[in-house]
Amino acid sequence: MLLKNNGQKVLGLIIAIILLLLFICASIIYGYTDTTWKMALNAFQHNNGSNEHLVITTVRLPRALIAAAVGCSLAIAGVLMQTLTKNPLASPDIFGVNAGAGFAVVIAVTLFSIGDLQAIAWIAFAGAAAAAIGVYIIGSVGREGLTPIKLTLAGAAMAAMFASFTQGFLVIDEAALEQVLFWLAGSVQGRKLEILLSVLPYLIAGWGIAFLISSKMNVLSMGDDVAKGLGLNTVMLKIGAGIVIILLSGGAVAIAGPIGFIGIVIPHVARAIVGIDHRWVIPISGLLGGILLLLADILARYVIMPQEVPVGVMTAIIGTPFFIYIARRGFNAK
Amino acid sequence: MNDFKGFRLLNGKISFLIDKRAVRVLLIMILITAAVFILSTGLGEMKIDPLTVLHVFFGGGTDMEKLVVTSFRLPRIIVSLAVGISLAVAGAILQGMIRNPLASPDILGITGGAAVAVVGFLAFFSNDNNALTVSIKWMPLTAFIGAAIIAIFVYALSWKNGVTPIRLVLIGIGISTLMKALTTLMMILGPIHRASQANIWITGTVHGSTWANVTVLVPLTMVLAAIAFAMARKMNIQELGDEIATGVGGNVQKQRFTLLMVSTALIGSAVAFAGGIGFVGLMAPHMARRLVGSSFGALLPVSALIGGILVMTADLVGRTLFSPLEIPAGVFTAGIGAPYFIYLLFKTRNS
Repeated sequence: MLLKNNGQKVLGLIIAIILLLLFICASIIYGYTDTTWKMALNAFQHNNGSNEHLVITTVRLPRALIAAAVGCSLAIAGVLMQTLTKNPLASPDIFGVNAGAGFAVVIAVTLFSIGDLQAIAWIAFAGAAAAAIGVYIIGSVGREGLTPIKLTLAGAAMAAMFASFTQGFLVIDEAALEQVLFWLAGSVQGRKLEILLSVLPYLIAGWGIAFLISSKMNVLSMGDDVAKGLGLNTVMLKIGAGIVIILLSGGAVAIAGPIGFIGIVIPHVARAIVGIDHRWVIPISGLLGGILLLLADILARYVIMPQEVPVGVMTAIIGTPFFIYIARRGFNAK
Repeated sequence: MNDFKGFRLLNGKISFLIDKRAVRVLLIMILITAAVFILSTGLGEMKIDPLTVLHVFFGGGTDMEKLVVTSFRLPRIIVSLAVGISLAVAGAILQGMIRNPLASPDILGITGGAAVAVVGFLAFFSNDNNALTVSIKWMPLTAFIGAAIIAIFVYALSWKNGVTPIRLVLIGIGISTLMKALTTLMMILGPIHRASQANIWITGTVHGSTWANVTVLVPLTMVLAAIAFAMARKMNIQELGDEIATGVGGNVQKQRFTLLMVSTALIGSAVAFAGGIGFVGLMAPHMARRLVGSSFGALLPVSALIGGILVMTADLVGRTLFSPLEIPAGVFTAGIGAPYFIYLLFKTRNS
């Protein structure tokens, strides 16, 4: 790991928080409409209704906050998912959240012609939760209860099934494809602040519980038998972690649609920086996730201006070289 | 030991145990494969009953029936079968080698590399009128080259005093997401017409297969699957972990390289002719494992047949259920396979 003692880790945490705030500001200022720091300040203090001020308060600010919240939630959900399944390849989507949400949204749009983003957010949330609960139940059948391998396999199968149904629907109904494509691509653009605010309580609850159970996740990561031997109620903890993952990844997919990469990659990066203690990995992952999504979203505006690249594409392009460097350096190298 | 039957040949120079249950499952799978094969040949715009299909196979039937069966349906069905076998065998190899149940052809970036090559091919060799300037026949070759380049690239990047499975797969994930990003980028920047053509390819379809494809794909699949089967013992050892594998005398790195190349060639040829059909490589080995256990001697043939059945059925559903609309086979592999897999998971919940 990069940071060895607690002093360095605290410093790292502070630097990450400062970076996150800086990127939020940068996200408010840079983009197609030319704005400056001064304008941004004015827009919040005495808004004169000019075009720039309007862009800042109604477009850029929600976008920056959504990117930060979504990135943070996905990364934390990823950490919990990887510990719960004991699989370094797991991501929140192994719970089938993205596929479930996608299916629910496609059904809502095609069969019930719902177009309102706020309504779609709730439908996506419900779809994600339903899929995740289904995966959890299938993964828990049998004498041994929830085992990592059953959970992983059930999740992978359910995710593939829902994705297949969605694709089938879209092939049959091509008009619907155009209506839901904006959502299926995954983006933090064009969402109103209200959508974030309505989902935010769930996200905050998720962050809070994640932090509270972080020391117990350390025990769980030693294996079920050891954890039980040490007096941990593994069943309750697994249910708790499952609920947090549903809240966080369900909330994220409800706001921004499916955004990949962060949930699977950021936990590894965080572990390379602060080691395997969940009390550090969870907050650092959250901050790094927010930073990466903000950075990707800012760069996505510039690549083919005035058009925008989907943010998921940018996260992969920025994140992959760094990730490969870390993977080569070795996760356990001191 | 009643579940096994031992064989000794040449005074004990060659000896092996056969798992009776695996043989039983294998026989059932062969029967199902044959049934789906014949049924699928008979169904479509023009319905031909199974007995007539058999009759046509042996040279009978009317001219019309012969034409439909041999020129239109057979090449397509044989390609589906071969593609399913290739993907399933490759998936089984990768899962054993990487020792991770989530390993699949897509996760190492191999399919992604082929996709980038195909989208790039469509973009660079099109003129202003959206017509290809070179023959579409080159597309399979492009896909194969893309897959091979990425496989070697991932292997080289993972090399650091040898390749460990976890490094291989993590770098594979990185590269495969990067490949997906590049594909999306090229599709957004290119003309919409090419984008939809590329999208169908990425979903995976066996539409438009010809006898020429069959003559390339089938020998390739047979040779590679045979090599994989011959290496089954070595895969059993690899699955025990590097230390044990080295301890019992396996040359771990060399075997790993060979296995990776065999699976790359299998994936590359499948992807070249049928595009990015998903699910089969990931799930067919798991289904087989639930049926016959995890010894590769039994696992490989059973998962190969399951893969073949899945792709053939998916293609059958895709071209008949919504006729005259044709739906790419890649859409249905998961829709058909996942419910069965979940059932298997439920049935074997206590084992």
